[in-house]
Amino acid sequence: MVNMNAAHTKYISDLGLTPNMGEVIEMMASAPAAETTQVKFECRDVEVFYSGKRALRGVNMDVPDSGVTALIGPSGCGKSTFLRVFNRMNDTIPNARVTGQILMDGQDIYSKDIDPVLLRARVGMVFQKPNPFPKSIYDNVAYGPRIHGLAPQKKDLDNIVERSLVRAGLWDEVKDRLKEPGTSLSGGQQQRLVIARAIAVSPEVILMDEPASALDPIATARLEELIDELKEKYCILIVTHSMAQAARVSQKTAFFHLGDLVEYDDTQTIFTNPKDQRTQDYITGRTG
Amino acid sequence: MSAEANTSIHQTDQALGRLAKRKAKENRFRYAGIAAVVIAMAMLGWLVVSLVGTGYTAFFQHYLTITVTLSESDLDPHGARDADQLRTANYRKVIQQALYSRFPDVTDRRGKRALFQIVSASGATNQVRQMVYQDPDLVGREITITVPTSDDVDQLLKGYIDRNAPAELRKVSDRQIEWVDQVVAGGELTREFNWRFFTAADSRDPELAGIAGAVVGSLMALSVAFMLSVPVGVGAAVYLEEFAPHNRLTDFIEININNLAAVPSIVFGLLGLAVFLNFFGLPRSAPLVGGMVLGLMTLPTIIIATRSALRAVSPSIIDGALSLGASHTQAVFHHKVPLAASGILTGSIIGMAQALGETAPLLMIGMVAFVTEIPASIMEPASALPVQIFLWSDSAERAWAERASAAIIVLLLVLITLNAVAIFLRSRLERRW
Repeated sequence: MVNMNAAHTKYISDLGLTPNMGEVIEMMASAPAAETTQVKFECRDVEVFYSGKRALRGVNMDVPDSGVTALIGPSGCGKSTFLRVFNRMNDTIPNARVTGQILMDGQDIYSKDIDPVLLRARVGMVFQKPNPFPKSIYDNVAYGPRIHGLAPQKKDLDNIVERSLVRAGLWDEVKDRLKEPGTSLSGGQQQRLVIARAIAVSPEVILMDEPASALDPIATARLEELIDELKEKYCILIVTHSMAQAARVSQKTAFFHLGDLVEYDDTQTIFTNPKDQRTQDYITGRTG
Repeated sequence: MSAEANTSIHQTDQALGRLAKRKAKENRFRYAGIAAVVIAMAMLGWLVVSLVGTGYTAFFQHYLTITVTLSESDLDPHGARDADQLRTANYRKVIQQALYSRFPDVTDRRGKRALFQIVSASGATNQVRQMVYQDPDLVGREITITVPTSDDVDQLLKGYIDRNAPAELRKVSDRQIEWVDQVVAGGELTREFNWRFFTAADSRDPELAGIAGAVVGSLMALSVAFMLSVPVGVGAAVYLEEFAPHNRLTDFIEININNLAAVPSIVFGLLGLAVFLNFFGLPRSAPLVGGMVLGLMTLPTIIIATRSALRAVSPSIIDGALSLGASHTQAVFHHKVPLAASGILTGSIIGMAQALGETAPLLMIGMVAFVTEIPASIMEPASALPVQIFLWSDSAERAWAERASAAIIVLLLVLITLNAVAIFLRSRLERRW
């Protein structure tokens, strides 16, 4: 399996034109699934407190660096809290505290020499409600590259915007109206726009917090297709309420309940042969 | 189905009675609301009608056309056309003689004095003086000019002085009325738009007084207030809302800002007097000081409006920016402040409108002075529109009341314009996306 970091570096260096990119993607696509992947995140005893109240209890979990990892569980189980640990978005909540260790490629992302600003450039995020900026479609996608200085010239920026929109499957729908406000798009398009916005800064990981919960079934199907394509290039963590969605898009699934990580395994195992009674109850619809 | 099942508890007579009661209650509430609106509108209408009713006549003024002889022997006995001589010559006599020749049958001293009183004494003489000073060639010629009538004659012609009242209760004598009727009959008396009201500064004579000095003073003070309070207010609000740590000190500051918004404005005037005039020694009556005082007074309004505008920005936008690796400062200045701009602007304009109508603090720093010149800089003595109204409404003559009302109309129009601009900008900025 090609190391995601290498692919990432390659992408950055070949921003203008990447003749090898196709090959890279092909190699990743043809690579054998999950078994041989490396670990992207190692979580050791992760706990999150809001104003001293524990929302997440001693989570230990390894997130593979390819494929989609789904976080499921009933409302208030801590899955969204856990997702926001990976890009340190919990830092923005007053009185939130994270303990334990989260290693990204072996490096503690909560250590003092990690700047959350750079971490978030490496770990992108898509939210529950589509939140395009009240700017043009172009400016939405260009915002990340601009603040990180990824595009020294207008041409480079145009390139990144087009590439990101293509990758997010939105280019054909918006290429003639890049100057129109991002908020004028439909909900599904908006969600793909914010995905394009996230991948424009070339992250290694994309976190998705119930990305389809505000979308209709057709837009959801389109989004799931997109997630399927994106997983070839990015490590994806997705929080979802829909077990069917988790089953469709993910290779690994973690089940959370009342702040505990109850069970974490291959998606197929979780849905066909759960080990814990609580998981069993949840996926069969008896709780949750 | 049994019979019981058909009569639900919501279909019984009691239920219908309760429904009627509920509806009656709601209707009573609605009528109370309508009544409140009607009363409010009636009061507002009353205010406007009474203001416009007394004020609109100030926009017109009566002028008398007279023929004056600029004889060389009176104005320039030496024939040198010396500027000083021309300026100090006796133009009063010129006007008087023009009137005496118009009414040759007036020969007695008292009659002559009364005759001169039908024109604006200083208005007419200054007008001729200006003309001669600018064009000395006029000396020795006979010219026809239009001069303002005195305020009493103007009021008489506007119908504010009752001709049938006993002569000793009137400011215009029977003979004066007779002369006025003669010039009216002769077509020498005209009614024109009162441009002077908009181009002149204050004067001792109502017929010569205008609001230009006060308007310029107000605009200068307002500009100073705007330049002081908007940057400082918005900056303070952004810092307090986004960057300041939450501790006792910031809580204390916050409480005090809210309290300052409720402090009577005259207190700010006292502060200006103590600090700006007495301590820093800035000039009295200057728009600079007035503006600084008004700026301090508006500061809490702008801070509060800005903070609530910032708070109203959806946090999801900020989350989006942060998740892309924007720093907190970038998220605030790239997204939060621009999205709050319409609210900030509305708050600032409303604060400015408030400052424009403020009188009390200006009284304390001497902007209540009688200033007959339009100020040329923010350091010169000036008045302000509301202060001018206050001064005029304090004067006894009927003509001042008319002018005070007219000035109030102008002030209200300016305020309505400011508020309309605020509403326009808000809807414009909000509609952008």
